[in-house]
Amino acid sequence: MTGRGILLLALAGALLLAAPLVADRYVLSVLTTVLWFAYVGQAWNVMMGFSGLLSLGHALYVGLGAYVAAALFVHFGIGPWLGLWAAMLAAVAAGSFIGFLSFRFGVRGVHFALLTIAFAEVARIGFDHIGWLGGSAGFFIPVAEEAGNDLANLRGSPVLFYYVALALVAGALALARALLHSRLGYQWLAVREEPDAAEASGVDLFRARMSAVVVSSALTALGGVFQAFYFNNLFPEQVFSMGRSIEIILPAIVGGIGTLFGPILGAFILTPLGELLTYLIEVTGYDLPGLKQLFYGVALVAIVVFRPEGVWPWLARRLGLARRPGETAVPPNREGTR
Amino acid sequence: MTALLEVAGVSKRFRGLKAVSEVSFAVPQGGIVALIGPNGAGKTTTFNLIAGVFPPDEGRVMLQGRSITGLRPNQVCAAGIGRTFQIVKPFGDLSVEENVLVGALARERSVETARRQARAVLERLGLADQAARPARSLTLPDRKRLEVARALATRPTLLLLDEVLAGLRPTEVDRMAEVLRELNRREGLTILMIEHVMRAVMALSDHVVVLDHGEKIAEGTPAGIVADPRVIESYLGAEGI
Repeated sequence: MTGRGILLLALAGALLLAAPLVADRYVLSVLTTVLWFAYVGQAWNVMMGFSGLLSLGHALYVGLGAYVAAALFVHFGIGPWLGLWAAMLAAVAAGSFIGFLSFRFGVRGVHFALLTIAFAEVARIGFDHIGWLGGSAGFFIPVAEEAGNDLANLRGSPVLFYYVALALVAGALALARALLHSRLGYQWLAVREEPDAAEASGVDLFRARMSAVVVSSALTALGGVFQAFYFNNLFPEQVFSMGRSIEIILPAIVGGIGTLFGPILGAFILTPLGELLTYLIEVTGYDLPGLKQLFYGVALVAIVVFRPEGVWPWLARRLGLARRPGETAVPPNREGTR
Repeated sequence: MTALLEVAGVSKRFRGLKAVSEVSFAVPQGGIVALIGPNGAGKTTTFNLIAGVFPPDEGRVMLQGRSITGLRPNQVCAAGIGRTFQIVKPFGDLSVEENVLVGALARERSVETARRQARAVLERLGLADQAARPARSLTLPDRKRLEVARALATRPTLLLLDEVLAGLRPTEVDRMAEVLRELNRREGLTILMIEHVMRAVMALSDHVVVLDHGEKIAEGTPAGIVADPRVIESYLGAEGI
């Protein structure tokens, strides 16, 4: 990043840290949603953006993470900080299974994407029938008493959840950045760009792809744990839905696939846009069915048509926040837009 | 001279079509061997059999006396064979330096050390001033050099070059040939090259293997090969030299 980029990042960080001081409940809930999508978008980006593996079923990992942590809490009194390990393990197991099937038997591209959808759908239908987890009627975590914040059990006020979400985003950003500059990260990028050439350069394709799935599914499961304890209710029709899987990938697509800040910027564009539309519909009274989705869709098409590489790379260039390869005469100071 | 690479009776069929048929040859340690022949003769298939893209139906491939038959491409790379692709395959969105860095990471765990090695290789191939550019922005000659750079960065004992001189202008051919000759002489790098540019084959190689219709029809010194009637008939033709 450039000096200006670092300054802006610090400023944004400070603003986000201070936001609960001024934001009301509603704004805070919108911001928490933004951060949640930024986080899971970042997690998805590890697979698609870094390694070129298109997952259209990331709701599977959200749902598994959410249900495992919630079940451990409700049925066994195990807190989320312990439960999240089991949640990540469950998601990693599912991801590894899908990965193993795909990468061992040469399932690639669109067919891999279809397989990820299939597994998420199987989970959605399956969880509808698990009575122990409430089935289709939903699974509920006892609602928090807002008087006391209990970080150990992740029970408490919206402000607590806001800061937890912010920490998740910051953590994921730091992790993604470190990975991208590691040996594994460069191998991921090589596999994304040209699998044959990567393999000829000594990269074990199976291991590289599997490791991307493991990291991505584990991170996504954490997003599920957060969701379970934030909303206190889980319905298979929502958490495992195809719509949720798409919502997860939109911020990264809009912001810029494969970039570090793309998913974050994308979430800050899309979620407020959705809220604004809801507000406009309420104010004007034009509540036609599907109007919100239509606006949303048009906005998306516009972004995909006019900024196909995402908003972040364009913004970063315009504002001089980061350099792309080749835009600097001094090679050592070249971090690119990733 | 002992054989670094030994290809022993390898065959490969694609849906009944024999692409390579019982081909045998050896590449001596420190040598430069050229693999020539008309289009469709099975040169690239032979390369892919050596590099592990697919296993041979019959026959063996030995590197330094050990069988590498049936290994995956990354394992062949680890065994000490670097390769380029006839149709260049740069990591387009990565910078030139990062492309070569990926190659260097084959033998180096530290990214910083690998980056230093990558820069040295870029320097050697005259790509240093392009290091920060995205690989997709390079011209074809530079992309071919990048292929060689990335393969070299894996620190191979044997370098497989698939038509790295084709499509280059004569001055660029000379330049690349000079780099290869220097790598061979100074560092003892053994090279097996598929090449159509006969001028470079004559100048660089000390042994030539000729394939036609998947079979080896001749091998010998460059001077002997161009005088061989079978080679002239099947490949070189009257105006080929």
